[in-house]
Amino acid sequence: MADAASTQGGFGAWLLDPKRRGALLVTPALTILFVMNIFPLMWSFGLSFFNYKATSTRVPKFKGLDNYADVLTDEKVWERFQTTAIIVGSSVLLQLIVGFLLALLFAKEFPMRRIVLMLVLTPMMLSFVSVGVFFKLFYEPTFGIVSYVMNFFTTDNFVMLATPAGAIAGIVIADAWMWSPFVMLLVLAGLVSVPKYLYEAAEIDRASKWRSFWTITFPYIKSLLLLAVLFRTIETFKLFDIVYIITEGGPGSSTETIAVYLYRTGFQFFKTSQSSALAYIVLFIVIVLTNLYLYAVNRREAEVS
Amino acid sequence: MARRHREIGKAGWGYTAMTTVVGFIYFFPVFWIILTAFKTRTDALAVPPKLFFTPTFDNFVSVFFRKSITTGTSQATDMALYFFNSIFIAGVSVTAALIVGTLAAYAFSRYPLRGNDTYLFIILTTRMLPPIVVIIPIFLMFRLSGLAGSYWGIILLYTAFNIPFSVWLVKSFFDELNPEIEDAARMDGATERRVFFRFCIPQILAGLSATFVFGLILTWNEFLFALLLTGVETRTVPVAMARTMGGEVGVDYGLLAAIVTLFLIPIFFVTFLLQNQLLRGVTFGTVKK
Repeated sequence: MADAASTQGGFGAWLLDPKRRGALLVTPALTILFVMNIFPLMWSFGLSFFNYKATSTRVPKFKGLDNYADVLTDEKVWERFQTTAIIVGSSVLLQLIVGFLLALLFAKEFPMRRIVLMLVLTPMMLSFVSVGVFFKLFYEPTFGIVSYVMNFFTTDNFVMLATPAGAIAGIVIADAWMWSPFVMLLVLAGLVSVPKYLYEAAEIDRASKWRSFWTITFPYIKSLLLLAVLFRTIETFKLFDIVYIITEGGPGSSTETIAVYLYRTGFQFFKTSQSSALAYIVLFIVIVLTNLYLYAVNRREAEVS
Repeated sequence: MARRHREIGKAGWGYTAMTTVVGFIYFFPVFWIILTAFKTRTDALAVPPKLFFTPTFDNFVSVFFRKSITTGTSQATDMALYFFNSIFIAGVSVTAALIVGTLAAYAFSRYPLRGNDTYLFIILTTRMLPPIVVIIPIFLMFRLSGLAGSYWGIILLYTAFNIPFSVWLVKSFFDELNPEIEDAARMDGATERRVFFRFCIPQILAGLSATFVFGLILTWNEFLFALLLTGVETRTVPVAMARTMGGEVGVDYGLLAAIVTLFLIPIFFVTFLLQNQLLRGVTFGTVKK
């Protein structure tokens, strides 16, 4: 069809000109993305300068940068950012440790490896909702298995989600359990790429295990660890479903992450303009993180090739 | 891959036993969910938690049929509809995103535009964004256009949700192909369309099916968009599950576990088959090996 049309001239020919092939092929994808992502973002950018409320029919008033000023000076917002930082930081750290240990365990060829690996990989493929629902059951003070086990060590009945620290730990454990396999996969990729002769050389030199790890293994997994940290930070930053289901942000607002807070301001209090302003601040953070991530990806690609 | 693992060292069955124990400890929460699916309501909430019990298949039946307490007749639940919705919405939108995404990925890989990397960056950013950031205006947009609660609305949204992932992942497969073969085909007089369909697509079929499956898993697990933008008729399984949490009669964990278990079976097989592609899939093609 392309060749037939190009002989007829007119708009069809202009459109199907080989020079425009690339542009033509990306148009459907970019159009859908524009309609469903970019345009809504522009809309909310506009809204962020007004005092619009989705529930009110009043004509919104222009407020300039007031919403941004409000959001940035609001102590609550800073608290939510802090909560998010604590949850993201501890979850990513835990994922790194557990993922790394799992990778060391699986960095060998052994019989039935593919099947045993499945036991570890499955959590990653579950939905946040099912993980949330069942971790909530595990933490349940009367029926939950966590309380049951912990009660052997404590005199009072152990209630995981009663204290802010416990609730944060509860969320972090559920999230880290889901995503440690992700870090494991990345570290495994690094461990596999270490040439064996380096270890043999180290053995001849009688280098200690510790030393050969830092001088041989670590350089090979360093860039992948950086990728894991950035990718998981971006993803954990989105954390909504697990928090929404396990603690609903409680007790008090101690586990209210920025995503949950945005949901609340936008859909429970319908402060549409204010939440749009905050959403834009989050967008900015994600753009910075994504840039860093791609920088790390390119650096690793340069290293590998 | 297999050969390279052997370079690191090969261990015997003893090692298999040890890793199985560790793997099982890690798997334990999933195991517990599966066990719960076979428990009666009393067993599921027994104190202390029960490891041994008489298994029952009632939960799996009551996912789809509920016995009325007064008349004793069984009635179909809405869960069959929600399963259908989840699979239908995910299936259509992932297919659409894959087609559109593959075309774009081919262009990004073979006919770089001016500002190619910028486009790719913007595309990736839309995926990295917390969904809550875009959902406020999307919600308003859907409310105005009447798309809220319709199949079209959520399918369109999920198509957009999957495009970045498809573009990046499929591009990583196109990038790996040897362009010399394509050039040789062109020399022999093959049209561009023929090069694309006869040479490029067949070589990345495995990659395309992996992309499709990852897209399915990502999509049918999605919660926030579905929570806010589906109606009674178009509700998906994750939303239905979350809704049962708020019930006044107490949560029927056996029933929920049965739903999770039913969803787990296909995922388990797929993960097994795609193990070698998993890393690439979960990093959107940015990390290949």
